[in-house]
Amino acid sequence: MLAYTARRIVYVIPIVISVALVCFLLVHITPGDPLVAVLPADASQELAAQLRAAYGFDRPLPAQFGLWLLRALHGDLGNSIATGRPVLAEVMRAVGNTVTLAIAAAVIGFTMGILLGLIAGYFRETWIDKVATSFAIAGVSVPHYWLGMVLVIIFSVELNWLPAVGAGPNGSNSWAWDWAHLQYLVLPAITTSVIPMGIVTRTVRALTGDILSQDFVEALRAKGLHERGVFRHVIKNAAPTALAVMGLQLGYMLGGSILIETVFSWPGSGFLLNSAIFQRDLPLLQGTILVLALFFVVLNLLVDIAQAAIDPRIKRG
Amino acid sequence: MSELPLSATADAALQVAPATSARGYWATVGRRILRDKVSMACAIVLLLIFVSAILAPWLGLEDPYKGSMIRRLRHIGTSGYPLGTDELGRDMLARLIYGGRLSLVIGILPVILAFCIGTSLGIIAGYVGGRLNTAIMRTVDVFYAFPSVLLAIAISGALGAGILNSIVALTIVFVPQITRVAESVTTGVRNMDFVEAARASGAGPLTIMRVHILGNVLGAIFVYATSLISVSMILAAGLSFLGLGTKPPEPEWGLMLNTLRTAIYVNPWVAALPGAMIFAVSICFNLLSDGLRSAMDIRN
Repeated sequence: MLAYTARRIVYVIPIVISVALVCFLLVHITPGDPLVAVLPADASQELAAQLRAAYGFDRPLPAQFGLWLLRALHGDLGNSIATGRPVLAEVMRAVGNTVTLAIAAAVIGFTMGILLGLIAGYFRETWIDKVATSFAIAGVSVPHYWLGMVLVIIFSVELNWLPAVGAGPNGSNSWAWDWAHLQYLVLPAITTSVIPMGIVTRTVRALTGDILSQDFVEALRAKGLHERGVFRHVIKNAAPTALAVMGLQLGYMLGGSILIETVFSWPGSGFLLNSAIFQRDLPLLQGTILVLALFFVVLNLLVDIAQAAIDPRIKRG
Repeated sequence: MSELPLSATADAALQVAPATSARGYWATVGRRILRDKVSMACAIVLLLIFVSAILAPWLGLEDPYKGSMIRRLRHIGTSGYPLGTDELGRDMLARLIYGGRLSLVIGILPVILAFCIGTSLGIIAGYVGGRLNTAIMRTVDVFYAFPSVLLAIAISGALGAGILNSIVALTIVFVPQITRVAESVTTGVRNMDFVEAARASGAGPLTIMRVHILGNVLGAIFVYATSLISVSMILAAGLSFLGLGTKPPEPEWGLMLNTLRTAIYVNPWVAALPGAMIFAVSICFNLLSDGLRSAMDIRN
């Protein structure tokens, strides 16, 4: 197991470097001067050249990439052009809020998904299965940013039960686990949970159906095992794949929350990315994408290792 | 890559049985899908939306660009404006129907482009193998290291707002996914006897790929690609919703949803209409894709 873990970690290194390269190149395919956000329109040529040198934009691209990567390894992603603050600090603060949202959504989405999937898998081709499957298909087909708007219309505009935007009273940016803050989490978390709910439902339904149709289940029933015992076997066999899918979904929620955070003005990493794009704050854009992609890579790695650890059928050789 | 609805996996696509006898197979698939009520209902809804978008100028609708300050944000059911008016007083019904033109193009075109590019790359990687396979597939892996929503937004954010840029961004997102599926189905058939026979009778690699491989893998790749249309519709409208796609005053569902967002306290249900269109198209494509998949899975 240790050797397997070590090998998986070594495999990840080239991926991490390529991811960094993509993030770096993304900003350099950008049309226009990267200094446009700081440079006054009437700036002299000298001032422009000075600033370009200060940000290192005057060097050849490979040198810029090497330097950027070296600094990134030391935790220095440069300073935001718009605010002047270190990019890493800004990103990490925002990621904290995104993690809060993703975990809340994961609890809702995974619980619902597992329950619906198990029920649908057990009662295949009945009306119960049809209802659960419809939920799942609606979950993966709904434009989630629109669902967010509809929830705001129902629960904030029409019923006035929950706040529409923000992450705390009086535009608070610091999270706390009390009702004053929690009520702001409800709508964004439900909105974020529908896609994982749909995908987990489909996965668990397919797994349950497959396992129940296998011969060993027949054998268990034939030897007189009660249904609860059979159920335990189903869970054990479905768990590794289901966990892998859920891990991946958690990664997508962390990296793909930009649309929902924009709808709810949730001060997370997606919201930060949005403002970086529109203020053309390139170091911030680069840094946010890099951190989110690395989160995703690491999460994928953990899922692989965890899956190998709990599933004896995976060759660790 | 199964993220967002990016649910359908390569495995699922692989379960589609390869064609046994070309004509009989497709005739059977056609018969099976025509009998499937859900698929047919979805096909009819999509057909209505497509036809009305294409025929929009001849349907006697209001001018979708002409606003009026005195009739802003009318409610649904106002006489003369069956679906109300938007924040600039433009007729919602006309804008929703005209909006289908751009929304459908920017949603579907990336999948078609990615289908062509990804299928070619995947078949070449799968058939030629060796170093070329390694080069193509490892590059694909890098794109898998990004959640696709993040990748789409990062690319179109870097390229700047615009319809063309958002189509490019979405195509880049889908190419790796289709390449992976195409590569794995091609690897599955490349060592089959009929390919060996073609090679023995002197066919060159290009002929083998075009004549013998393509026909046997296209079905599986096609089903997978149709399952991506729903995601693509949501993402394309999402980019416009963020202000990275279509520019005003063009009618497009994602952008309409964005500009109407300010109106949710005045006329909430009119503001929600464009999203309902995206939802309808997306769910119909998903159900149709599921129907097609089970129709092609003859073994069951």
